[in-house]
Amino acid sequence: MDAAIDVRGLRKSYADVEAVRDVNLSVAVGEVFALLGPNGAGKTTIVEILEGYRSRTAGEVSVLGEDPDRAGRSLKARIGIVLQSTGVDPYLTVAETVDMYRGYYPSPRPLDEVIDLVGLEQKRDTRVLKLSGGQQRRLDVAIALAGDPELLFLDEPTTGFDPSARRNAWEIVKNLATLGKTVFLTTHYMDEAQYLADRVAVIAAGKIVAEGPPARLGGRDTATAVVRFRLSGADVSLPSSIASEVAAEDGGFRYQSEDPTRFLNELTGWALQSGVRLEGLNVSRPTLEDVYLRLTAEAEHPEMAEAVS
Amino acid sequence: MSSAALGIRQVKYTNKAFWRNPASAFFTFAFPIMFLIIFTTLFGNHQVQVLPHVSVRQSTFYVAAMSAFAVITACYTNIAIQTAFSRDAGILKRIRGTPLPAGSYLAGRVLHAMIVAVILVVLNVTYGVIFYSASVPTRTLPAFLITLLVGAASFAALGLAITTIIPNADASPAIVNASILPILFLSDIFIPVNNAPAWVDVVGKIFPVRHFADAMQAAFFSPTGSGFRWTDLAVIALWGLFGVVIAVRFFSWEPRR
Repeated sequence: MDAAIDVRGLRKSYADVEAVRDVNLSVAVGEVFALLGPNGAGKTTIVEILEGYRSRTAGEVSVLGEDPDRAGRSLKARIGIVLQSTGVDPYLTVAETVDMYRGYYPSPRPLDEVIDLVGLEQKRDTRVLKLSGGQQRRLDVAIALAGDPELLFLDEPTTGFDPSARRNAWEIVKNLATLGKTVFLTTHYMDEAQYLADRVAVIAAGKIVAEGPPARLGGRDTATAVVRFRLSGADVSLPSSIASEVAAEDGGFRYQSEDPTRFLNELTGWALQSGVRLEGLNVSRPTLEDVYLRLTAEAEHPEMAEAVS
Repeated sequence: MSSAALGIRQVKYTNKAFWRNPASAFFTFAFPIMFLIIFTTLFGNHQVQVLPHVSVRQSTFYVAAMSAFAVITACYTNIAIQTAFSRDAGILKRIRGTPLPAGSYLAGRVLHAMIVAVILVVLNVTYGVIFYSASVPTRTLPAFLITLLVGAASFAALGLAITTIIPNADASPAIVNASILPILFLSDIFIPVNNAPAWVDVVGKIFPVRHFADAMQAAFFSPTGSGFRWTDLAVIALWGLFGVVIAVRFFSWEPRR
């Protein structure tokens, strides 16, 4: 597995703040990687170091085999960047803008293909000034794709979007993944990381606190599962074998275990046999959000970690 | 594509965007002509001494002076304000993330401003010829063109240089105008400076505007000789070089927030 991005022991200090503290991460070619964290956690600092905008205080950084701090135009020709806030000339049209950027690259992607990829066909000849916020963000992505990059950086691509615009943006990123592009994305939205990323790293207070596929992050897959249900009808009562394993909660029952399979078999078997409906039957493990909130709270307030966990 | 070709390509896009912003394009072109008309209407019939032993009608004086003003507006004022806006809007930062050489991008802007300056001067002179019986400087044309180019390039460099002390786009018109307007008044552009207090001459000798105005007048009105004022041109070019050095050293591609 080739690494598109490899970061070892990265540190970045501003005057009196350590924004990034000993970060290690690796992104494989063709992978969609999300850096997830609250505002001010160091996401943008890291991504801007990778893009070559900032120099680092310490550590090793390799992007497509080059050091972004020293590489010149050759590396810039192979990456595409969507910055958090960025502008284009408001008086040029969509097609003119994309075409202008295409001209900067040695082997650009065909103009119409780029515009189609982000779904701006209808706005081809519209001036940037007349685009909605979501459309301008799509243009940002189009510009980043103009040079047909191997690696794409997206810094909080959907912040401030309405739900349907976010869905559209997500589809675009999914499309990029199918083109074989490596995508490095930062976000503070859990659902975004979960939907888009092959792998997620959670960053808090400048440190990576967990890393893995969204489904397994922070031990989500093996964490305690909780089964909740209510019984229909007041005259029904649980058999003692089941009753001894559950606790009463909000007029219903709660069962907790790392592997609820046997219990569920017993419970549903009994319910079917005795014709009892199990209302609101639900098995849940911690959501990505639960894990994220726990991890970031631990990192930002170590003294409170015990209370939260 | 070479850096030069990329720079020229950039002129094309800068130009497109420039003309599509009607307010900005209109005022860039209207100001010098408007000032020419106003000043000439107010003071047009006096005689002004522009060179030793050469006096002209003040209306003719203003054709030369407003040409110099047009160059300063197009190159210094416009570049400084537009660059500060592009920087705040994140346009410069995005350009910096592409393989386009920084020099090509800035050269594109400077070149465009110089083209606008040349068009402005041509309009100005044409207007002067038609309405104020000014004469086109044909014999001294080389001096006129060289003065124009040296001035335009130097003021463009200074326009880029001053962006390094502009904190944000909102402040840019105020800072840029504050840096240039007083000097314009003291430098034989808006008002012919004759028999002024000594310190006015000192200001004129230090800053490039008076040198530029004098060089323009020489190129317009020299009755004999080539019309070149080499010392003035050297001072202007030196300021231009200073602008380049400051811009190269301190130019910022990112908003200063």
